[in-house]
This record gives sequence, C-alpha cells and structure tokens, in this order.
Amino acid sequence: MPKYMLLLHDNPASFSKLSPEEMQKVIQKYIAWGQRMQNAGVLRDRNKLVDDNGKVLRKSGSDVRITDGPYSETKEVLGGYYTVEAENYDAIVDIVRDSPHFDFGGTIEVRQIEEMRRPGN
Amino acid sequence: MVAWLTRVFGPAHLELVEEVVQDALVKALQQWPYSGIPDNPSGWLFRVARNGALDIIRRHAVFDARAPEIAAELERASDADPLSPWAIEDDELRLVFMCCHPALPPDSRVALSLKTAGGFSVPEIARAFLSADATIAQRLVRAKRVLREQHIGLELPRGSDLTARLESVLEVIYLMFNEGYSAHAGDDLIRNDLCGEALRLGRLVAQSPHLVTSGAPTAHALAALMAFQSARLPARIDANGEMVLLEDQDRALWDQRLVTLGFAHLERSAQGDTMSAYHAQAAIAAIHARIDRVDHARWAEILGLYDDLVALNSSPVIRLNRAVAVSRVHGVDAALRIIEGLEKEPALAQYYLLPSVKGRLLAERGDLASAAACYRTALALPCTEPERRFLLRRLEAVSGGEW
Repeated sequence: MPKYMLLLHDNPASFSKLSPEEMQKVIQKYIAWGQRMQNAGVLRDRNKLVDDNGKVLRKSGSDVRITDGPYSETKEVLGGYYTVEAENYDAIVDIVRDSPHFDFGGTIEVRQIEEMRRPGN
Repeated sequence: MVAWLTRVFGPAHLELVEEVVQDALVKALQQWPYSGIPDNPSGWLFRVARNGALDIIRRHAVFDARAPEIAAELERASDADPLSPWAIEDDELRLVFMCCHPALPPDSRVALSLKTAGGFSVPEIARAFLSADATIAQRLVRAKRVLREQHIGLELPRGSDLTARLESVLEVIYLMFNEGYSAHAGDDLIRNDLCGEALRLGRLVAQSPHLVTSGAPTAHALAALMAFQSARLPARIDANGEMVLLEDQDRALWDQRLVTLGFAHLERSAQGDTMSAYHAQAAIAAIHARIDRVDHARWAEILGLYDDLVALNSSPVIRLNRAVAVSRVHGVDAALRIIEGLEKEPALAQYYLLPSVKGRLLAERGDLASAAACYRTALALPCTEPERRFLLRRLEAVSGGEW
C-alpha cells in the first residue's frame, strides 16, 4: 500500500493564550486522533521535530553556506510528521479531515512517498 | 503547580510563575501528539516547569540575592514524587487566601482567584463576567501590582484576621458559583466550569487543617450548598437548552454523587454553633434534595429556614425567595403583599425574577391578564437567552388561558 507523509505545520503562538484546561482538551483530541489512526491500522511512524527550525545548507559560490531553517522568518513551524499508509489521497483526506490540528490555524501537508526498487534489495 | 511555584518564587513574581507553567503546557501540547501521553503526565509537566523556573532565576537579575535559595528549593522536589497532594493543597489554599486579600478590590479578587488558583485564561474570565478581555487583563495587572507594592504574601492571617479573610474567601467562591449557576446574560444559562471550580475551591477551604478551629463549619455549609445546587445542574436544562424549573425537573438526572457530597458537608457544617446564611441556604437545598414532592409541612420547614436567612441577611433577593415559600404556606395573597413591598426596592428594579415570580403567583390565583403583564415586564429586563425563552413560553401560556 502507498505510504504518505503528513507534515504538520503549526503556529505555536496560537496556543500560548489557552488555559491549562483548554490545552488538556487539545492534547486529548490529538491523542484520540492518533488512536483513530492506529485503530485503522494506517499509522506507521510519528515524530516531533526539535523546535529550532533546523538548518538549511546551500551552495554559495564554492562554499556550502549554512543558514537557519526555512521558516525562521514566519511564525509557522514544521512541528512534526506522521507516516501513514493508505490506498490513495482520498483515503488520506478521510484520515486527516478531523485532525485537531486545524483548530489552531495549523496546516497539514500530505506527500506520497515514492516507492522505489533499490539496487541490491 | 502555580501555587507551589508562587510560594517558591514569592507572590511578587506571579507573572513569571504563570509564564513558566504556561510554557510547560505548551511544550506538552507540542510533544504529546507525537510521543503519546507520558506515564506520569504531572511529573513530566513538573519537571519541565522546574527546569523552566531554574532557567528563569539564572536569567533574571531580580533574583540575584535569593537565587541560590530558590534553586535549592526547586531542586529539592524530587522527580518521582514532585509534590505531595497535601503540600499542593496547602499552597493552593494560601494562594486563594492571598487572592482574597482585603487590599484588593472585590472584582479583582474573583478574577485573580480564577486566574491563579483556577487556571482560567483571560478570555475565559472575560466571557464569564461579560467583560472585554482588556478589562480583565487590566484588573489582573492592577491586582498583581497591589500584591507587589503592599508585599502581600502567602502567609495565612491569624486569629480574627483569619476569620475575616475567610469571609472574603467564601464570598468570592460563592460569587464565582452564582455567576456559573445563573449567568447574567448570554446564550448559556449555566457555566459548568465556573460552578465546578467554585465547588472545588469551597471543598479545599472546608477541608483545610488551618481552619478547623475557626470557620470550618461555615465553609462546609457553603460547600454543601454548592454541591446540592451542582447536583441539579444536569436537570436544569433540557435537551433543547431550555430552562426547567425545580418542580418540573427529572430527578433521575440529578447527580447523586454530588447529593451525597452535599449531605456529607452539611453534616460537618453542623459542628459548632455557627449559623450562617450558607447554613440556611444549604438546609433549604437539602430539603429539596431529600424529597420528591415538597408538601405543606416541608414548605413550613423551608419557610422557617428562610426566616432564619432573612434574619442573617435581609437582602431583597432572599426576601423574594422567601415570598415563594410564603405562598406555599400562607397562600398567594400573603406572598403578593410581600412582593408589592419588594417592588419599591431599587436593587430589584432590573431583576427579571421579581415580575416573573409575581406573574406566576397571579396566574395561580387565576388573574391571567395581570400575569401576562408581569411576564411582559420581565421580558424587558436583562436575562439569558434560555430565560427569555422561558418567559415567552409562560407569556404564551397565560395569554392562551392556561397557567
């Protein structure tokens, strides 16, 4: 079955105004969402990325220059990713549609992982 | 956690404490969706908050002199058993008592209690009191300034000062509960979150070992009252969000655990010889909780309690409630005479329940035209949406010849 990556972009400033109780509810919703994916047997992996926005390496002249991550000028950060398996994009939309991620202005980018036959495998 | 850190940092740094706790929660919110909830979530939060706090005392010059002492205290709390429940409750109780300090304006006391002890956000408090976010934020800033400038700390007052402060604490809790139980306006009749927090704080105060000698029975009476009233919350609103009067409520919907809790607190409120307004109100609520249909004898008992209550606190609202009991014991005419007296009270001029009760009594006597006029008067006064719809239904009923 094709694999997809769900890239969760979020805006951390949007939940800094929530009360502890509201945050608890949001966390519960995420957990429930993860559980639904697990129950459906589609979830393969999930990871949070470190909050530092990472580094971008670019060739500049004859050097490789290292700059801060791509999102450092905007408030939105790539917070983490999920790897899921699904028939097609439509099935993914069904999985992602009810994510609590959208309640706080987050976006989810869906990318299909290209299956490649690797030499020697 | 706020209470504990406030003790460690000192109340003058409430702002920093809130920041540390908020940051820890945001971290959880960012991490747990990927990692799942840790085995010991509060331990996790505690660890992150403590590290944040340690970070802050290193960064902020204001702590220079006290930094080693604060750091030591932060380090002392172990990871495995961050805070004993007793220690948390003690810190929290002190925090509530601080929030109700007489140097703070009464408005600020409620807002500050909700913010620091209850963990409510500024927008939530603003919603509860129908104020703008900026108004509440300003109220909190001013309150924190007073705490700082007057060096108000977490020490509990002693002797008669403790009794006086307790009165303020109970008043704040009662206000919080009432705001939740019967919101002043808006789409929702009840705000369960406010009622729940008020009940939690009331029980915290009632069970505190600091108050065993002074004031515990009064705090238990308030806790009992709030527990009985909370038990009825699920029955007060029907599936369509419409208001249901006590006598029409489906008792199966009452929360029996809260009724039981109410009786437990009521029993403990009877220790000692204090008789407060909370005692009388809790006793009335207990009668309603105990029996399905209140008969004549019981109404006489309720009226007796209202007489006690009026003797303790003759507020017009209490006299209006007493009038209802009078109507059940001495008849509608006697009650209407009391209500006519209350119509001159400026405090009730904007109170929709006054014409609403009068309309009900007139309808019972068969005077449907006058009843309709009363409901129209009530509809012109401020009330919540469900209350307005209730009044409209009543108006329709009496206009159609039923009561």
